Amino acid sequence: MKIAVVMKLVPDLVEELEIDEEKARLDTTWLRLVANEPDEHALEQALLLKEQLDAEVIVLGMDGDGMDDLLVTAAAKGADRIIKLTGADGDTLNNHAVARLLEPAIRELGADLVMTGVQAHDDLDGAVGPLLAGLLGWPCVSYVSGVVLEGAGCDVRKEFPGGLVVEMEVDLPAVLGIQSAPQPPRYVAVSRVRQVMKTTEVEEHPVGAVDDRGAAEVQALRRPSVGERASMLEGDEREAADQLVAILQKAGVL
Amino acid sequence: MSRDIYVVVEHREGLVEDISFVGLAAARAMAEGIGGEVVAVVLGDGRLIEGLAADRAIVVEDPALSEYNPEAYVAALEAILADELPRALLAGDTSVGAEVAGLLSARLDLPLVNRCVGVRAEGETLGFTAQICGGKILVDGLLPEPTVLVTVVPGGFAVEEGKSETAPSAQTGPRPTLDELRVRVRGHIEPDVGDVDISRESVLIGVGRGIQQEDTVELADELAGALGGAVCASRPVVDQGWLPTSRLVGKSGRRVKPSVYLALGISGAPEHVEGMADSGLIVAVNTDPTAPIYDVAQYGIEMDINDLLPTLLERVQEAKG
Repeated sequence: MKIAVVMKLVPDLVEELEIDEEKARLDTTWLRLVANEPDEHALEQALLLKEQLDAEVIVLGMDGDGMDDLLVTAAAKGADRIIKLTGADGDTLNNHAVARLLEPAIRELGADLVMTGVQAHDDLDGAVGPLLAGLLGWPCVSYVSGVVLEGAGCDVRKEFPGGLVVEMEVDLPAVLGIQSAPQPPRYVAVSRVRQVMKTTEVEEHPVGAVDDRGAAEVQALRRPSVGERASMLEGDEREAADQLVAILQKAGVL
Repeated sequence: MSRDIYVVVEHREGLVEDISFVGLAAARAMAEGIGGEVVAVVLGDGRLIEGLAADRAIVVEDPALSEYNPEAYVAALEAILADELPRALLAGDTSVGAEVAGLLSARLDLPLVNRCVGVRAEGETLGFTAQICGGKILVDGLLPEPTVLVTVVPGGFAVEEGKSETAPSAQTGPRPTLDELRVRVRGHIEPDVGDVDISRESVLIGVGRGIQQEDTVELADELAGALGGAVCASRPVVDQGWLPTSRLVGKSGRRVKPSVYLALGISGAPEHVEGMADSGLIVAVNTDPTAPIYDVAQYGIEMDINDLLPTLLERVQEAKG
């Protein structure tokens, strides 16, 4: 059983996001990138399946800023192989282009199951999972929060709005968009990552020509208008707490 | 290619989801601008066309479509689009619509724009506004021609605008072969209400990633107790296992409408706001002055919740006597 996990980096939303002068994209000068959180859950789900079965976990990512560290960290957590797709600038590709570059790589690997995060917060042309599944011609279920492998298929739990969960049986090979793993993504110490960095090779897989058809023409990026923002309560903890208590009293809950 | 705007109608247990009414309202704005019709696409249950604000409906009924199955839905929509390509096909940016749109985009080689909060017609051209980066950034652009797939998020169009007193005229769409599906629905797990049904609470203390530590959940719980309410959470807190899924508010969790919602360390990503925006009084506490939660809150406190919470709890307990 080969499980391929597709991962990417996204801007850290804890940091302030700047828009470049042309207003065409985020300014990357001070942009801090972090692993896409649902991708971390996809990796965790794959590693849990590896622990239960005799599965091989292969992590793939597009070459770009921070990808080596992301892949080595995945290896330190337990991934068997880490592969960087090279020859295209992963930082600027849209998801249609990424899916088209991944398709032949996934076929070549002979993966039985592909798992990736259900979405990334900077997706503008759809999530990678369904796009990749559509190209591969494989079944796809997204918003998955639990996977059990059984025979030639797998049982998944798909989340719906309102908290409803539907159990689905999916034939393999398949692509799953993971919302959350049954447990939080595992922690790995930096010392362990450094150790793995010395002993594990990031495999490089050259890709063909980029085909980025499928996304919209972007005119401009902007921040939401700040017309009706909240009234900010000023002061230190005590002053802010006093004002909030007064508001709660006025609202009749105190 | 026609100028019509198709809308995939999401439904569950015999009810149309609100996001589909939002889609119909968005479709109307587009269709009026370019001189097309709004076409509701209803898979599984033709009775659901009642009340949809559409000019006409395409209905496909098949046992395999009685509830959502991604493979069956995509096959049915592919057959409909093989008859005629509209100017745009809209779906909700949900666990149904986002999946279907992505699969269709790859299979039919059609462009896709997701997370649209606004659409507009500029002459013959259609424009969009999409939310990315947790609602912190808006993207303006043009919807590709001649046919585009679009997923919409709540916020830009009112649900009521997508409703009608009457039903549109219906035509039966092509019925593909759906007897050898590789995805099969096995059963439902209804939402676990747990010890507390957060959708029934009048005061909710919502905790998010900004709480940083599990201990803060206990303090928030004490505060909720003092205010006669309950604690709920955004996705990162539930994913950490600090609160059960029954306390999750948002797109894949519960929708809540308390009279008071305190959002502690919650940034206000669209996925969370979707579940709590209708609350009465919203007060947000967040260290990030640009956090989108301040767009829906009436009051805000720019502070680390771990600094504020002990004092706030003390003051609330004092006020209660």
